[in-house]
Amino acid sequence: MSQTKKEMLVDPLVDNNPITLQVLGICSALAVTSSLQVAFVMALAVTFVTAFSSMFISILRNQIPGSIRIIVQMVIIASLVILVDQVLKAYAFEISKTLSVFVGLIITNCIVMGRAEAFAMKNPPVASFIDGVGNGMGYGLILMLVGFIRELFGAGSLFGVTILETINNGGWYVPNGMLLLPPSAFFIIGLIIWAFRTWKPNQVEEREYKIQQVEAH
Amino acid sequence: MEGLISLAVKAIFVENLALSFFLGMCTFIAVSKKISTALGLGISVMVVQAITVPANNLLLNYLLKPGALAWAGFPDVDLTFLGLISYIGVIAAMVQILEMVLDKYFPPLYNALGIFLPLITVNCAILGGSLFMVERDYNFAEATTYGLSSGFGWALAITAMAGVREKLKYSDIPDGLQGLGITFITAGLMAMAFMSFSGVKL
Repeated sequence: MSQTKKEMLVDPLVDNNPITLQVLGICSALAVTSSLQVAFVMALAVTFVTAFSSMFISILRNQIPGSIRIIVQMVIIASLVILVDQVLKAYAFEISKTLSVFVGLIITNCIVMGRAEAFAMKNPPVASFIDGVGNGMGYGLILMLVGFIRELFGAGSLFGVTILETINNGGWYVPNGMLLLPPSAFFIIGLIIWAFRTWKPNQVEEREYKIQQVEAH
Repeated sequence: MEGLISLAVKAIFVENLALSFFLGMCTFIAVSKKISTALGLGISVMVVQAITVPANNLLLNYLLKPGALAWAGFPDVDLTFLGLISYIGVIAAMVQILEMVLDKYFPPLYNALGIFLPLITVNCAILGGSLFMVERDYNFAEATTYGLSSGFGWALAITAMAGVREKLKYSDIPDGLQGLGITFITAGLMAMAFMSFSGVKL
């Protein structure tokens, strides 16, 4: 094991972020980020499911036959998601209504499955658990960042608390309604990726075609 | 019949799974580099979607709904809480079968799709389609139409995206935006374009 446990936990935050670098789990990142509170609950739920599914799959990894591994992984993940779904319905009914189908869609969140395939099938349980927590947090970080921007500038509030008084309520801030619509999430994530890669230039992708410089005469 | 056609048009354009519900984004972004691969994946998603949505519809109506087990002598049983796990079970089984068929009969496509074939199982578009079918209470004919046309809409979107990206690679993009970043922004612009379909009714 070349990585230490701390590296495994911190790595997915920026250096190997599931959303900006591994391109996993984007669907929910777009759909549930219009307010910060929902994004926070979603991040928590995903971290929980990723961590425990990685752990259980890793415990069972030597017993699972290769040809039916997907089904076995899905059953484990789906059971955990049903658990989360029922808990949310019992203790946070309003939020679970806002999240609607997206709690169910954690099952198909590529982060959970991607980590199970790529990491948990080859590593011991404790390491897999930490890897799951790390990736869940990396995902949560981006989710909260997008949620923060969208709620602050789209509705002038954070966690439902008014920060920028909007015109409609007699304040000065004209909310940017575009940010509450889903396409804005694409732009924000695109810009976050740009910022990340400017900060860590080694993440920049190679160009497929270079523009040839022609010398002027 | 008219109802079904209208449903199909709605599922393809107005409520496009990829661009207005943002389902199946992971594969949408990752496999849209070349038109041929995107088309192959689009078709496999369409096939899986067209099989799983009606299959899950039957499952819902004859096993899970309250009172659905009346034919077996259990009129009071309600198994809807098992919904998620049964739908995903059906989907995973279908994908595994598709994987074996492709491996045997279409090896080039199998190799091109690579790791993304098992990930069709976790393509949110597939499970999302089934969940929408449940939420909207479609009957069998509607479920079949919806499965086929929503899959087609997804295939259309990813192929269009691949077309844009094939041209895009010749452009001079800032370094940090290269690849993933610009893809997101392109997808955002496409989503805005597709938003203009909303309100179209037959």
